[in-house]
Amino acid sequence: MTENNIDWKKYLIVFLFTVGLFMSASYISNYFGDKKVNQLKQIQDKISIDILSSETQFSLLSELSCKNISDSVFSGELGELAGKLEWGQQNLGMTDEVSYLKKYYSLLEIKDYLLTKQISTRCKTKSAFILYFYTTLENCSECEKQGLALTALRDKYPELRVYSFDYSIDLSAVKSMLQIYKIEDTKLPALVIDDDVLTGFHGTDELETIVKKSFKLQEANSTSADSAQTKGATSASSR
Amino acid sequence: MASVSDIIFYILTFLSVYVQVFFLVTFLENRKKIVIRNGAVKLAEYPKVTIIVPCWNEEKTVYKTVHSLLGLNYPKDRIKIFLIDDGSTDGTLKAILKFSEYPNVKIFHKENGGKYTALNLGLEHIQTDFLGCLDADSVADPESLVRIMSYFEKDPSIMAVAPSIIAINSKNVVQGAQRAEYNLSVFMKKMLGFLGAIHVAPGPLTIFRKKVFDDLGPYRHAHNTEDMEIAYRMQKNHYKIEQCNDAYVYTNTPSTIKKLYRQRLRWIYGFMNNTIDYRKIIFRKKYGNFSLFTVPYNILSVFAVGFLFVKMAYSLVDFLFSKISEFQAVGFNLAPQVNHLDLFFINTQSLFFVAILLYFSIALSITLGKRMAEGKWGFSFDLIYFLFIFGIVGPFWLLKAVYNTILSRKPAWR
Repeated sequence: MTENNIDWKKYLIVFLFTVGLFMSASYISNYFGDKKVNQLKQIQDKISIDILSSETQFSLLSELSCKNISDSVFSGELGELAGKLEWGQQNLGMTDEVSYLKKYYSLLEIKDYLLTKQISTRCKTKSAFILYFYTTLENCSECEKQGLALTALRDKYPELRVYSFDYSIDLSAVKSMLQIYKIEDTKLPALVIDDDVLTGFHGTDELETIVKKSFKLQEANSTSADSAQTKGATSASSR
Repeated sequence: MASVSDIIFYILTFLSVYVQVFFLVTFLENRKKIVIRNGAVKLAEYPKVTIIVPCWNEEKTVYKTVHSLLGLNYPKDRIKIFLIDDGSTDGTLKAILKFSEYPNVKIFHKENGGKYTALNLGLEHIQTDFLGCLDADSVADPESLVRIMSYFEKDPSIMAVAPSIIAINSKNVVQGAQRAEYNLSVFMKKMLGFLGAIHVAPGPLTIFRKKVFDDLGPYRHAHNTEDMEIAYRMQKNHYKIEQCNDAYVYTNTPSTIKKLYRQRLRWIYGFMNNTIDYRKIIFRKKYGNFSLFTVPYNILSVFAVGFLFVKMAYSLVDFLFSKISEFQAVGFNLAPQVNHLDLFFINTQSLFFVAILLYFSIALSITLGKRMAEGKWGFSFDLIYFLFIFGIVGPFWLLKAVYNTILSRKPAWR
């Protein structure tokens, strides 16, 4: 017959060792998580500098000419940042840092929006803007679909600028936008195109027609503006 | 905040790692005791042993099985072989009658009643102090019996000794996967032997002292897993079971997923129901590591695999759902959306590292088992097949066994 001498010490040592393994895994995970957050910060800093630089450039040159305005303000980096932030939120969790980065990102979007819009009005560059409001607080499958539709649309029209905002974000600038466009949380997703508010899901085809219309209008405007400018130049030279 | 499912997942993962570490620590403690004997083993005395071969429709394999017993490196007058035909409907009886001329072979024929009834018929006629069974789909290595008997000689308190079971004739991926799994169980069984906590006395050539059956009674139906029930009964009564890692028995494994599914369904169903029958011995100090480690970790694996499967199925449905909604939103979009080669998108969650660790330790256990059983190191693709087949199909027989247990349905033998 066996004697059942249970080696309690072994059970304890194995437990401690397992805890150690989990803690190491968590430490390594945090290390990489921090690295990722830093990477996000770097991208944001770069975008921030880009915007500031464009703003400055714009102020310097706007009075004189539109030719030198670089149209790379809305750098691909803003899109890259959006993708990485979303991934970070899902995989790193909505930590304080990620939440801070998200606010900062929203702010950069607004700045980019205002600046590009200004440039577009003054220099008559072809562009269309979509402000997109979604929510992460509740499960919004319409929002996911809308996001996908917008991504597809943006891939098709590089001139199209889509700025997405989390409805639930605690940032006064975003809140002001919600007030301006009277966006309600019950009617998400919501889109703002040319100051019109559309709520609920809208497919690519529908949006495409609106965007095309907007482009056409701009083309028509810019031709008339060009002729006006030419006229102005002639009259200036004749003076 | 972590969801309930995440918390359960963490706990199950923690316990799974705990089990793996426990096995590896046991290995490190006892590694010097694991020997592989190459030459012939000599015993001071050769006790008489009876080996029962229960057969039910096994005309194709039984000849080799009996032949291997006749070829055992053990004095012929010290071995008795009982061939018991359990009401076969094929040519099994004819096949075993070929051996009727051997003086140490005794042939029985009875109506079909299940494996345990065949074994019990054999038990009624036993006149030796040691006995064992050899399934008619297995072949014993010539040195196996003498090596097993050396354990009894060394330690009179040992009541049963199980061999290392090695999968042979592995011709396809399904069988390759099982070969790796058998190697894994050689390792685990040996470790459980050190812990005094073996929970199966497998059909292929586990040798018992006759005292076990004299004291504890004959085999029982035990949900078609009589070899597990006898081990539970022995553990309950503090009868020591050991594993002899260098005694090899070669067994044929199911060649198709369907056959494997049936076999495993029977095993898992048997495990669940025997555990339910013996539930009173779980987490009881007096039953030792068997009660505190073996049974709990087996229950854990049932839960973990079931949970993981449901979780993965949920993710899959979720993924498909999002793909459908993507399709509804934008139609077919073959353009790459995110640059997944970007190192940023590599998962660095802690569970990811823990999962790697778990897979690594399982791979290590299989490798150690291979070394113990075959005496050689080395990587084999069987490992990949094992993770693949048992990871994907395993949950199905497990869930089906749970379903059957709840509805008290008994799975067919084959």
